[in-house]
Amino acid sequence: MSATERQAAIVGIGQTEFSRNSGRSEQQLAAEAVLAAVRDAGLSPSDIDGMLTFTLDPSDEVDIMRNLGVKEIKYSQRLPQGGAASVTTLVHAKNAVESGMCDVMVIWRAMNERSNYRFGQPMVTIDPYAKSSTFVEWCLPFGAQTPATWEALSSGPYLHRYGVTSEDLGRVSVLMRKHAATNPAAWFYEKPITLEEHQASRWIVAPWLHLLDCCQESDGGVALVVTRMDKAKDLAQKPARIIGAEYAFLYNHEIISDFYQGDLTRLEVSERVTERLTRSAGIAPCETDVAMIYDNFTPQIMRQLEAFGFCGPGEAKDYIADGNMELNGKTPLSPNGGLMGEAYIHGMNNITEAVRQIRGTAANQVANLETAFCCSGVSAAILAQ
Amino acid sequence: MPDISDRNPDRPDPIMTTDGAVFWKGAEQHKLVVQKCGDCGAFRHPPRAMCPHCHSLDVVEHELSGTGSVISWVQPVHPPAIGFTEPPIVAVVELEHGIRLVSNVEGAEASDMRFGMAVKAAYAKTAGGKTVPIFVPDEGDD
Repeated sequence: MSATERQAAIVGIGQTEFSRNSGRSEQQLAAEAVLAAVRDAGLSPSDIDGMLTFTLDPSDEVDIMRNLGVKEIKYSQRLPQGGAASVTTLVHAKNAVESGMCDVMVIWRAMNERSNYRFGQPMVTIDPYAKSSTFVEWCLPFGAQTPATWEALSSGPYLHRYGVTSEDLGRVSVLMRKHAATNPAAWFYEKPITLEEHQASRWIVAPWLHLLDCCQESDGGVALVVTRMDKAKDLAQKPARIIGAEYAFLYNHEIISDFYQGDLTRLEVSERVTERLTRSAGIAPCETDVAMIYDNFTPQIMRQLEAFGFCGPGEAKDYIADGNMELNGKTPLSPNGGLMGEAYIHGMNNITEAVRQIRGTAANQVANLETAFCCSGVSAAILAQ
Repeated sequence: MPDISDRNPDRPDPIMTTDGAVFWKGAEQHKLVVQKCGDCGAFRHPPRAMCPHCHSLDVVEHELSGTGSVISWVQPVHPPAIGFTEPPIVAVVELEHGIRLVSNVEGAEASDMRFGMAVKAAYAKTAGGKTVPIFVPDEGDD
């Protein structure tokens, strides 16, 4: 098999509607999304031989296999690190199909995150059998009990050092909602916001995060099908080739409660991923045509923009204000509206948008697009036509 | 500021794990205790079983001076933090040997908070009668 034939590609995407109360089980959402992705690819569930998701997902391979009638798989994996693992799934899927560990990998994420869990609510206990305490043990007795609090605490030194204002952060939120407003699949379809509305939204974590600096909580399911180009050429859709996908994690760091090591004004882990990805993909993230950047909170967009090399340290606020990430800008940001505007399916719906952009079928299609960048802090990937 | 803050009588108890207990036990004695390698002398926090530098399992408890500086701070407003009567000031405090902790700053309003401000250790009671280290502004008067 030639290197071209061996290259991994996303050949199927599927999703349920995005809502605040799906009214059905998470297992059903997962089954619906996987079936939609498999059919989109022009495959059947019996073709699936690899299954992949990440922590916190309530459905197991057992459930997916039972619902879809998948007879036999030879690969399954559940990655650590919550939503940061969204793009990490592409690292594993690429390596698994390119090495022949499996031929048709399904990746899924399906949760009633809004109606069942409310990730944004405070937590003060942990599973007594949890294998690692990390953030909870060192934060909860002090009132640092939510993702928004951990995020604000870790982003503070960056925001302070570069004089990033709440209005600067608001411009990210306004842009995401502008894109969502013209995406019929988005929860916030036809609901753009103004900077004034951002400023008037209530404090979640002072002095950095207003309500409109935070992503939504959503119910829904998303799935991807990944295979090799030797199979992809016979399938139903134009493949989105995964030309590079890289992951890194660094000593004494944590995912969101990342306070204990290094210079907190930089995302050193993302810088390491950028170096490797630029080598393996042959192009840099900033040379791609659309940027799908994990947007749990607005400061993450700025910090990742700098760490993945779209602009220099401290320049993100001006880079965004200057229009570089508008749909007609240098590198449009999340034309689906991202996790803030479309839905919070833990980053996976940003990957499906990248695939639609590569196919040329997105609601807010970027013109003359050949490549798409996806990142979630510890991981990044570049897709190409 | 009293020696032991009782401002938040419902403050959550610390979660005591086998490897992390040294820190919380120190707090019960009103000491800020971190781990120091018994062989190479390297400091580490959060606590763990093995020295990441020389891989020794020999560990000694080391009491810090308790003075440090605020390198990040926030005030979680909504939803209200469980166990706090008013939105607390949560800070990352950097102490000697580059050790960083998440804790609270009491005795200061949000409008008083500054990056780099000097703080010193104090202690607070939790709902279950445990003690956790917090910080107060260090006016340098003692």
